[in-house]
Amino acid sequence: MPETVVAIRNLSKIYAQGEIQVTALNDVSLDIEMGEFLTLMGPSGSGKSTLLHIIAGIDRPTSGRCLVQNLDVTGLNESELADWRNQNVGFVFQTFNLIPVLTAFENVELPLLLTQLDRSERRRRVQTALDIVGLADRMHHLPKQLSGGQEQRVAIARALVTDPRLVVADEPTGNLDSHSAQEVLMVLQQLSREAGKTVIMVTHDPKAAAYGSRSIHLEKGELLKDEAVTAR
Amino acid sequence: MALPIKYSFRNALVRWRSTIATVLGIGLVVFVFVLLQSLAAGIEKSSGNTGDPRNVMIVRKGSTSESASLISRDNLREIRYFEEIARNEQGEAVISADVLVLVNLPRRDGTEANVLLRGVTARGMELRPQVELVAGRWFRPGMREIVVSAKLARRFANFDVGQSFRTGNSTFTVVGWLDGQGSAFDSECWLDADECRSVFERDMYSSFLARVPDAGAMSNLIARIESDRRFKLKAESEVEYYRSQTMTAAPIRWLGGFLAITMSIGAVFAAMNTMYAAVGARTREIGTLRVLGYRRRSVVIALLLEGAMLALVGGVVGCVAAYQWNGYTTATMGFETFSEIVFQFAVTPPLVAQGLVFAVVVGIMGTLLPAIRASRLPVIEALKAI
Ligand SMILES: Nc1ncnc2c1ncn2[C@@H]1O[C@H](COP(=O)(O)OP(=O)(O)O)[C@@H](O)[C@H]1O
Ligand SMILES: [Mg+2]
Repeated sequence: MPETVVAIRNLSKIYAQGEIQVTALNDVSLDIEMGEFLTLMGPSGSGKSTLLHIIAGIDRPTSGRCLVQNLDVTGLNESELADWRNQNVGFVFQTFNLIPVLTAFENVELPLLLTQLDRSERRRRVQTALDIVGLADRMHHLPKQLSGGQEQRVAIARALVTDPRLVVADEPTGNLDSHSAQEVLMVLQQLSREAGKTVIMVTHDPKAAAYGSRSIHLEKGELLKDEAVTAR
Repeated sequence: MALPIKYSFRNALVRWRSTIATVLGIGLVVFVFVLLQSLAAGIEKSSGNTGDPRNVMIVRKGSTSESASLISRDNLREIRYFEEIARNEQGEAVISADVLVLVNLPRRDGTEANVLLRGVTARGMELRPQVELVAGRWFRPGMREIVVSAKLARRFANFDVGQSFRTGNSTFTVVGWLDGQGSAFDSECWLDADECRSVFERDMYSSFLARVPDAGAMSNLIARIESDRRFKLKAESEVEYYRSQTMTAAPIRWLGGFLAITMSIGAVFAAMNTMYAAVGARTREIGTLRVLGYRRRSVVIALLLEGAMLALVGGVVGCVAAYQWNGYTTATMGFETFSEIVFQFAVTPPLVAQGLVFAVVVGIMGTLLPAIRASRLPVIEALKAI
């Protein structure tokens, strides 16, 4: 029986802007299993990012619960959440968000500096992570010396260097050409298939969604379709 | 755990060109601060290292300085027999009665200034071993000869050896240059005491300088002179006397402190402006760091460090600029004697350290608010920044 990594129950997020209330998520319930590569699809403003942020512990729902590995992340305080994110979630952004003044190696090492690992162990892990994304030979380059696709792969290495259960990505291919996008999607797919990571990716590109194992459609904050991806 | 120092360091350096105004602003504040303090330090050094710990300076009660003091010859006749005063091989009391006269003389640049002339005895010269002849020879009594300070010679007209100048209805020939080794004597010209009294028609002396054999004798002599109602004299150790003349530097210290404070307020705001811009441009980066698990506190510390490093660059610039003046001889009007006082800028290591600490404090103060504001922003908001 597959292990449930994320269990979402009746999750709602309502933004109050003065008189007007914007419902970003409306009573969403969802289970995500280990090793799944889940893609979140839907039109702009449908609540994809909001859902992803709540799962990743960087935003809080208005109501409902979000359990990750049986831990209710909505109940953690801010510093507990920071530690939890560091150990359990890898985050990949649309805009890469590498630190410009740090090299690829140093960027990937950043999350490890918050752990107890010693220098040589950190070095080993960073090298492994960069190997997985195929950029071991670029580790001393600064972000500005890398292409967009390479930057995003460094960002993926940073997301997986702490060996988290969960890797979340918000439109990771949105700023990439189709070739670079393909490389990034293959890495994410490999993470779920070979390393058993649970990958959740927001996208509105159906071609990108085809790399996933399961696809969810949101509209106006509600879950519409939930389907297994059969192709590939 | 904190962000790596290289993060702050590289961010400070990566922007230093764009923040050159801030760096220079802080540099200027530190420059002014260090320079004025080095001026004060130079003045203090010149009075602070003057005098011999075995000497007692005696002036008229109530006079703020030697040159403003008058002592009668009768006093000398009595005091020289005090047994607290050391005797030389001939059994004579080692005490010198000096006459100080302020004269107005032309500078090399055409302006005029007061110069302190000291009519000094042979014994008075023995009592001041700090003073050395560096050119020419010593004066011969009665020949209208004078030895001027080498440092004053660079500033005053007709002060080269062999030249002469008129004062007190007499023409004096400069026969030598003296060097006081950075002491207050660098601001004096020496001539024979009796000659000085006759040329300037002084019946009174200005001060007595007496040698004592030991510390006990010193306190006894001081107590004896001070308590004797007939004299109305003030006695203190020569070192102490010159140290109290150091008050001259106090206004410069105040000015330095005042300027430093007012200018640093400006510099703090300049740094704040720079850091608001720098931090604002990095809002998403800060959000990212927090997603990775870094705490607010780590972010604040890293930004403060960055501001401090930026300011340190400015501080180094200011100190290097100020150091160009180290050892430079200049002069000011003494507040006690109204005569030309020469001294050297002294950019001492503690001053440099103070300047750098000052810069860092300015940098940290300027960074505090921007850093706190940046860290206050919720992660989710920070990530949405462009
Ligand atoms: N901070 C906010 N304040 C008010 N409304 C917001 C805020 N963040 C998101 N929203 C709204 O919530 C809805 C869902 O946003 P989001 O999750 O970013 O959508 P998506 O990622 O699918 O484009 C949108 O209507 C958006 O305008
Ligand atoms: Mg979105």
